[in-house]
Amino acid sequence: MARALINVPARAKRGEVIAIKTLISHVMESGFRHTSDGVRVARDIITTFDCTYNGVEVFHADLYSAIAANPFITFHTVATESGTLVFKWTGDNGFSATESVTIQVE
Amino acid sequence: MTRSIARGLCAAAAVALILSCPIRSGDAGNIPLDQRRSSYELMSPPTRAMQDDDTANPGTLWVLDGEALWQRESGAAGQACAGCHGDAAQSMKGVAARYPAFDASSGRPIDLEQRIVDCRVERQRAPAPARESKELLALTAFVARQSRGMAIEDVAGKDERLRPFLESGRAAFEQRQGQLNLSCANCHDDNWGRSLAGNAVPQGHPTGYPIYRLEWQGMGSLQRRLRNCMIGMRAETYAYGSPEYVDLQLYLAWRARGMPVEAPGVRP
Repeated sequence: MARALINVPARAKRGEVIAIKTLISHVMESGFRHTSDGVRVARDIITTFDCTYNGVEVFHADLYSAIAANPFITFHTVATESGTLVFKWTGDNGFSATESVTIQVE
Repeated sequence: MTRSIARGLCAAAAVALILSCPIRSGDAGNIPLDQRRSSYELMSPPTRAMQDDDTANPGTLWVLDGEALWQRESGAAGQACAGCHGDAAQSMKGVAARYPAFDASSGRPIDLEQRIVDCRVERQRAPAPARESKELLALTAFVARQSRGMAIEDVAGKDERLRPFLESGRAAFEQRQGQLNLSCANCHDDNWGRSLAGNAVPQGHPTGYPIYRLEWQGMGSLQRRLRNCMIGMRAETYAYGSPEYVDLQLYLAWRARGMPVEAPGVRP
């Protein structure tokens, strides 16, 4: 299981714009490198990142070969109601990781 | 013929001028204590912000892995690090600020990585983790993290037994080497703050190790960084764990005495 770090404010005011930061451990093999014998190293990257807020998708990203190792993705959303934010990363070789955090909206 | 000699002399003079210009006169040698700067201060604001925020600092991933390893029973002894050392927040506080330290059994200084390897082999009777392996970097990052904000101790100044190794490290720092015929001091004592291929030359204080280096896309030890510099000077590198590196690390720690530990640092 990949290790992920999520930074979401625990509390927010209704209508407030909140910053969400995510960091996940992943080696990110671009697929363009070759071994010393000339054999291509198979691509192994995270291809999609998705965030749902109480079941509604609020952020989605498709990632490609140029993405850094251990990708750090930060974005903003509006705090509408108390609930759960679910983060999902999927990638090559059946990679899948899910994290969730709760937020209290007053 | 005469003309070409004259032209040659001119060129030589120009080269001499170019070479002499960037060298600051008078302040070669040790940097005054109050003028020492961590390379953190030379980084861009976004990179600094990345280091400062634990949830944005990729080194935290290694620290968390190290914490898990710390708790896990390992080796034939079936012992976890925590089994002897307990809560790392107390037992490991300030430890990274005291390394390299004198090791009585080998009769010379060892670095923090070597101490962890020895502990794993001798006490836990586990296979020795390889240098720069994820396991060793994670444990080192976790242990070093417990000393964040604490001042690097003047271990070499206090411990008589370390004196000859400190002097050997100093000599290595000042010795010109490699095809470019440069010493560490040429850049890090005499020309810090200037640019080298668009990057600021740091003073070379080992405050943030192990570091997450953006160029590496991963974590690395001080020895990995030293190898980088030596390759840059086109010098022959030593094998990981070599006494030559540890002496140099000891000198660097002495040079950075009193500066706060930043581990895990982020560097460009």
